[in-house]
Formats: sequence, structure tokens, C-alpha cells
Amino acid sequence: MTMLRKLGAAAGAAALSAALAAPASAVDLQFFFPVAVGGKAAQTIEELTADYVAQNPGVNIEAVYAGSYQDTITKTLTAARGGEPPQLAVILSVDMFTLIEEDAIMPFDDLIETDEERAWLDAFYPAFMENSQTGGKTYGIPFQRSTPVLYWNKEAFAEAGLDPETPPATWEEMVEFGKTLTKRDGDGNVTQWGVRIPSSGFPYWLFQGLTTQNDVIIASGDGDETYFDDPRVVEALQYLVDLSTVHEVMQPGIIEWGATPKAFFEGQTAMMWTTTGNLTNVRNNAPFDFGVAMLPANKRRGAPTGGGNFFIFKDSTDEQKEASLDFIKWISAPAQAARWSIATGYVAPRPDAWETPEMKAYVADFPPALVARDQLEFAVAELSTYQNQRITTIFNDALEAAITGQKEPAEALAEAQAQADRILRAYR
Amino acid sequence: MSALDASNGAAAAAPPARFDVDRALNTAGAWALGILWFLPLIYAVWTAIHPGEFATRFELFAPLTVENFVNAWTAAPFARYFLNTVLLVTFILAGQFVLCTLAAYAFARFRFPGSSVLFTLVLLQLLVMPDILIVENYATMRMLGLVDTIVAIGLPYVASGFGIFLLRQTFMTVPKELEEAARVEGAGPIGVLWKVYVPLAKPTYLAYGLVSVSHHWNNFLWPLIITNSVETRPVTVGLSIFSAVDQGIDWSIITAATLMTSGPLLIAFLLFQRQFVQSFMRAGIK
Amino acid sequence: MPRRIEWVYGWLLLTPALFLLFAFTHVPAVKTVVDSFFSTARGARPSTFVGLDNYRLLMEDPVFWQVFSNNVWYALITIPVSIALAIVMALWVDGKLTGRGFVRMAYFAPTVLPLIAVANIWMFFYTPGFGLIDQIRSLFGGAQVNWLGDPDLVLGAVIVVAIWKEAGFFMIFYLAALQSIPPSLREAAAIEGASRWTFFRRVTFPLLMPTTLFVSINAVINSVRLVDHIFVMTEGGPDNHSSLLLFYIYETAFKFWDTAYAATLTVVVLAILSVLAIGQFYLVDKKVHYR
Repeated sequence: MTMLRKLGAAAGAAALSAALAAPASAVDLQFFFPVAVGGKAAQTIEELTADYVAQNPGVNIEAVYAGSYQDTITKTLTAARGGEPPQLAVILSVDMFTLIEEDAIMPFDDLIETDEERAWLDAFYPAFMENSQTGGKTYGIPFQRSTPVLYWNKEAFAEAGLDPETPPATWEEMVEFGKTLTKRDGDGNVTQWGVRIPSSGFPYWLFQGLTTQNDVIIASGDGDETYFDDPRVVEALQYLVDLSTVHEVMQPGIIEWGATPKAFFEGQTAMMWTTTGNLTNVRNNAPFDFGVAMLPANKRRGAPTGGGNFFIFKDSTDEQKEASLDFIKWISAPAQAARWSIATGYVAPRPDAWETPEMKAYVADFPPALVARDQLEFAVAELSTYQNQRITTIFNDALEAAITGQKEPAEALAEAQAQADRILRAYR
Repeated sequence: MSALDASNGAAAAAPPARFDVDRALNTAGAWALGILWFLPLIYAVWTAIHPGEFATRFELFAPLTVENFVNAWTAAPFARYFLNTVLLVTFILAGQFVLCTLAAYAFARFRFPGSSVLFTLVLLQLLVMPDILIVENYATMRMLGLVDTIVAIGLPYVASGFGIFLLRQTFMTVPKELEEAARVEGAGPIGVLWKVYVPLAKPTYLAYGLVSVSHHWNNFLWPLIITNSVETRPVTVGLSIFSAVDQGIDWSIITAATLMTSGPLLIAFLLFQRQFVQSFMRAGIK
Repeated sequence: MPRRIEWVYGWLLLTPALFLLFAFTHVPAVKTVVDSFFSTARGARPSTFVGLDNYRLLMEDPVFWQVFSNNVWYALITIPVSIALAIVMALWVDGKLTGRGFVRMAYFAPTVLPLIAVANIWMFFYTPGFGLIDQIRSLFGGAQVNWLGDPDLVLGAVIVVAIWKEAGFFMIFYLAALQSIPPSLREAAAIEGASRWTFFRRVTFPLLMPTTLFVSINAVINSVRLVDHIFVMTEGGPDNHSSLLLFYIYETAFKFWDTAYAATLTVVVLAILSVLAIGQFYLVDKKVHYR
């Protein structure tokens, strides 16, 4: 009996002291984020979150790894529809219109009060803000942002008699170099391709590199109009198709995105287009000397931006919104942005992050990290519209049909434009 | 099939050699198919125990490593996922056994109005399965406040038309005399069910159990939709988010994770395969 | 037992199962049909009654027809091939065979490996250039083949994975059935000089009929249900050439957030499955009489 009473007293005391130890008004935040586990990205996010919580005892942040970008938006929207959204999430910047239409997110303008905070909004690269603002309001804060770049295998270049330090600068050069780099065995079978532009899943993104270089924008900033059938878009698609069919410097058919880094490491291709988010992966795993360059130019240089923004969700208490804003301000500050960029290869989204001592030391040691930043000057917004997933699916299907030779580029794109018009008409 | 045909041709030509040729061809065919079937698993083992650069290159003396397992284990809470799957499968199986037994008993041994209509509705569920009603079932779970719970993953499957049908067939083969004997000893309807029907249907339970466990162990789409957190995700969903390809596929770590999570079931089958087959033999399904 | 009490017992025993059956199968099925006559609510715009609009959309949706035909082929090939393979496997494993334990396990292994995980391994097999199939082909001077990136090959590639997954599972049921065939039948046949093929065709196969029925129900279910590998290997591409109905329903509902159209698609699948279910019901009925 006494034993029990003692236990009870001890438990009561423990509970009491636990209650006292916790701050009077702890704010709980749920934070969904997408990144491939196994790499350093997930670990870095968790470390950053833990650091913030350590500095701000009044806040608890539950960082939930939600899978791929696709998984994360699906999870978030299903949760929002169920009335239990997270307080904040990193979601593809292009899903902004979808989140607005679902009435799930709120503009940062409604939360910021001081001039200092307004200055914070202006601190990011304009190329990244294009996908984060609409109707004069800011809905997303750039965080896990990227842009596609060209990686090339210096050893393969040297072996083919090309200058290992000079990547192709134009479309013509890419074809020309590609022809030199494509190797065939005795039976005429290709053992090394010249270039690899992956086209599985979301071909529109890398293709937008080509359209931008061909000096054409494929969607309006309001997200209610697309220009898929513009002759310059058709021309860009024709170029992409010709890489396999006419010039024979790229593997025909749809090229798998996920297998692309491995194909590069294995010497299956001498050049590849992929996200800067792969920089650290390539650095750690390429068994040869490699280079990173801006995508080649045609009428101009160009690339889309990509990746995820921070969003704050409406359906939370005022304290939670305040805390979310504070956390986002902290994690996007130069020191944290630099740390994140160094760990993953994502582009630090603001100029002052590149001025931190850590970042300077990093780029001095590893200059390719600068390429993506320098390309931002030429970068445009990633394709983003209302009903974004449906519109991009239509566009992807058209691209895939042309790449696999099912349809002519002009035909495929005209059909895609007609379908997109039918859906977007309601939003104009 | 072609191996069988070929062996028959040989048999007609040379009767004395028949047994050997026949057997050799069959053995070769069986092994060829076996190796083909085993190939993904062999590849998984190879890739999981070698460093990343050997995921696509097969050299006999490649160095061995346990690093992939360590990385996979630390990168995601697989132990938790595994526990979730075990809980899920147990919950579903237990629920199915109880509910399907009761329903099957009713259909097999009781006459009541509406029984044939209801049985037709049950049979309809053989094919009109919850797997395709994901949109509506999600709405229902949300209404019940069960989203992101293990119960929600399992609940739509607990009343299984397949299980009811199978057990009813088995119960109908039980001789009435056994039931009457139990009645004489004073057993009520539930007592009869428990003492007579259930023991006689053991093989059916085992066979159906295997179908159910393998189905739900592998189920992906519905759990993907209904779960949000580590605490509820089964292995399949855990593996799928683990291998999300935004930054390229890392086969070494994926295969290590796959082996870790499938290993226990594979070993269980190795140990119990004889019992499985024998129980199927005695079950109604043959 | 008095009739009234028998009624009460019957109903009481059935209630829990029926409640759940109705809650998660029959009611949602009916609700799906109802939803297919309404538009999807979006933000400010509420759902309205649109009659047959969604069905008109469906008839004009080229993606639906593509996916529908993919699924028909998927079913027409996976069902018979996996059943035939399962019978062959069972015959082999049932006979005298060196290393029978290993072979049996090899056949069964796919059953316990989650498809979502093995799909990654299959993706490696199919990868052009350094994938396993191409590595083997290159030994014989074969050129690279882009199995998953070619619209003419991708469905076949996906079907192979489904067959691999299913055949060994079905084998177990056939194996059990084979082992319950009395050996005396085989001896009698041997005395009459029947060849193995004749014996199989005249005796074994007919005796396996009930198992085939059981297995084919499972196979039909799987031809609709088994879409996990699509998520990993192709996401339905290129240009929807490997998309299947359930995957398209998922995309429509949880990617495009068009629940009304997803409901319409579901109704089509429900209709097909109901017809099949009724067909099987008659088969089952016959079997019951036969007993």
C-alpha cells in the first residue's frame, strides 16, 4: 500500500515537474517536407528543425517526411480537405494555384507587419519569386529550389578528342559534340550516348529549358493560359525529337529520370541534363572528373526554375501562423540557406546566402556550385497554371507522344493546347 | 508446356530411355523457370551486399559490405513500418476469421428470409472489391475520423465476401450427424459452431489465411491514400516513399530495405511450406 | 429449433459482417454511381447536378479508351498465362525433381516480395544499356532496347511483372489439388498405356477444374487491382500506354482532384466487375449442384 502510494506520489511529482518544465504556451507545428531519404537532405532538414526548436523552446515542430513532391502535395491536400492540414509545408512552387483554388494557403502579405519583414520578401532571387507570387501577393517562400544544368564527363570528352573543359554552348554544338561522343561497337550498337535528357514522369520541366532557349514562354503569369502550340514550342520539341531520330546522339524513346544519374556514372552517356539537386550525388558517386555547365543556348540562354517553396496553411491558429512565419524566416536566413545548399546542392535562394563565409569556402572548393546561381539570371518560371497537375499531364502526354514518334510535334502540341484551353477557360 | 510435349515425342520414339529423357527435360525446364523467377531476389541480394558501383556490374570478387543495410535501417523507421504491417495483417485476419465464420455459419446452417438475396450481395463483393472504391471509402474514413489509423487501412477488408463464401462451402460439407451429436450433449448454436464446424474447417482457415496475409502484406494503394505518418504506414508505403526518385534511384539501398522487410515472411514460408501445401490439400479449395 | 428463433440467429450472426460489407462496399458503390451525375466541387464552386455530362466526357476522353484497352489486354494476357504457368509449375514441383525445395521456393518468392519494392528491381532489369536484360543481350550482340520507354513494348513489360508476381501464388493452390489426386488413377492410366499428356488432359485437368475456378476469380480481381508497379516503373507512360483503370482512377481522384470524373470511371469498372461476378456466380452455382 505504501509502496503504491509512493509510486503514485512520484508519478504525480514527475507529471507536475514535466508540466512546469514545458513553457506555458507551447505551439505545435506540423511540417510536411519532400526529399529523397538516404541522401543528406532529410537529415539536414531534421537537424535544422531541431536547432530551431532548441533555440525557441516555445515551439514544437514535427517534421514529417511525406515522400516525393507528388506524394507531399497529395498528402497535404487530402489532409487539408479533411480539415487537418499541416501548418506549413514544402511543396512544389508550381502547385501554388492548386493550393489557392483549394483555399488551403494564405499569402505571406497577411502575416508580415514590419518593414524589416517586407525587406525579407525582397531578399530572394526574382527568378524564384516568379513562381511564388500571383495577383500582387506572395504565397510561397523559395527554399528547396533548383534549376536544370548540364553535367558532362570530362574523361569521355578527352577520349573523344574534345576539349574536356569546354561544354557545348549552343544547340548546334550539343548535337555536334554529341555525334563525336556517341560510341558504337562492332555490331553498330551504341555503347555510349552523347547526351541524355530524361523524359519520364515530368518531361515538361527539362523541355522548358529548350522552349526558354527558343525564346518562348509557355504559360501566362496568371496561370489561366498556355501557349503550347506556339511555333517556337513546336520547333523546340522538333529539336528534342531530332536528337534521337535525326542526329542519333540520344537514346530513342522515353528516358527514365530516376536512372539518369546512374547512366551517367556508368558511362552510358557523356552528358546529362538534370537538376542541380543532384550535384552532391554526382560529386560523391561519379567515378570520373565531371563538369557542370549552364544549359546550351539557342536564341538565348534559358532554363526553368524548379523545386519547392514554403507555404503557410490557413486552417491554423494565429499563434501557429506566427510561429510558422518565424520558423520560415529563420530557416531561409543566409546562414541556414547556405548550410542547406551546401548539404544538398539545391540553390541557395537569396544573394546574401552566397556571401556567407561557409558558402564562399564551399564554392572556392567546388566552383560548379556557382553554375546554377549564375544561370538564374536567364531562368523563367516553371510551368504553373490552375489545375496544374492536369494541365502538365496533358502537356507531358503530348511530349511523350512526340518523343516516341506516335504523333508529329505540331499535331501533339496543338491537341494539348486545345485540351488545356477547354480546362482553363473557366478561370479566365 | 513445351517441355512436356517434347518429352512425349521422345517417349514415343524410344520407350526404354523414356524415363530419363522425360525427367531430364522436366528438371531442366523447372530449374530454368525457377532461376528466372528467382532472379529479382538474387539481384536484390547481390546489390544489397555490395557497394553501389556493383549494382550494375557483376564481378565475382566484388567487395562485400553491410553498409547498405545500415544506411537503409537508419534512413527510415523500417522497424516501425514492419510492426505496423504485422499489426495490420493481424487485425484484418482476426476480424475476417470472426466475422466471416459467423456469417458463413448463418448462410450454411440457418434458414431465414432474405438469405439468398444477401448471399448474392456477399458474392458480389468477390469482385466489387473495396480496392476500387478508394474515393468513397476515403470520404467515409474522414467522416469517421479514422484517417491515418491502422484500423482504417484494415476495416474495409474485414468483412470479406471471399472468406464468407469459402467458409460457407466448407461448413456445408460438415455432416449433420456431427452437429446433432453435439446438440445432444447440450451445445447451443454457438457451441456447435465452436466445437464442430470451426475445428473441421481448420485447413480452410489456413488456406484463406495465406491468401489474406499475402494480399494485405503487399497491399499498397489504399494504405498509401489513407496513411500520413510513420506510426501508421505499412512496409509497402514506407518502401515507396523511401524509393521516391526525385534525385535518382539508389538500387543498393532499396534492395537492402526490400530484403529487410520481406525477409521474415520469406523465411516463414521456407519453414512452413510443407504445412501450407498439406493444409490446402485438406481445404475445400482443390 | 423453432423457425422464429432460427431467423433471429441467422440475422444476428450475419449482422456484423453485413454491416461492414454495406458500409465499405455496397453503400460506397451506390454513392459512386450517384456522384457520377454531379460535378466536382472546386473551391468556391459547389457541386451541381450535371446529368450524364461526366459520361459524355468519358466517351470522348481518348485517355480513357487508351487505358481501357490497355486493361483489357492486361487481363486477357495475365489471367490465362499466369494460370497456365501455375499449372506447369505445380506439375513440376509435384513430380520427382532434383532440388524440389529450392524450385518451389523460387516460384513462390514473388508472393512475399511487395510489388512496390520489386518494381524498382524490374526497372533495373528493363533499363536500356546497363540494365540486366540489355547486359545479357549485348553478350549476343543485341542492341539496346528501351522496354519501358517504347509505347509498343511497355505494356508487355508491365504484364511480365504481373505474371511473375502471380503465377507462383496460384501454383500453391494447384499443388494442393494435385496432391489430393489419388495415385491409383495414375497407375491405372499407366497400365492402359496412356501418355502423360493424355493423362493430364483427360484426368488431371478436369480434376483441377474447381481450383481453376477459384484461381481465376483471384486472377480477375488482380487484373484490376494489381497496379502497384505502374507507380514505380512508368507512371502510366509513355503517353498512357501502360496506364490501367485503377491507376487512372487514382490519378483523377488524387492528382487532378476531379472526384466526380473519378466516380464515373469507377462506375465503369464496377459495371464490368458486376457482370463478371454474375457470370462467376452461375459457375459457382453449378459447382454447388455438382457437389
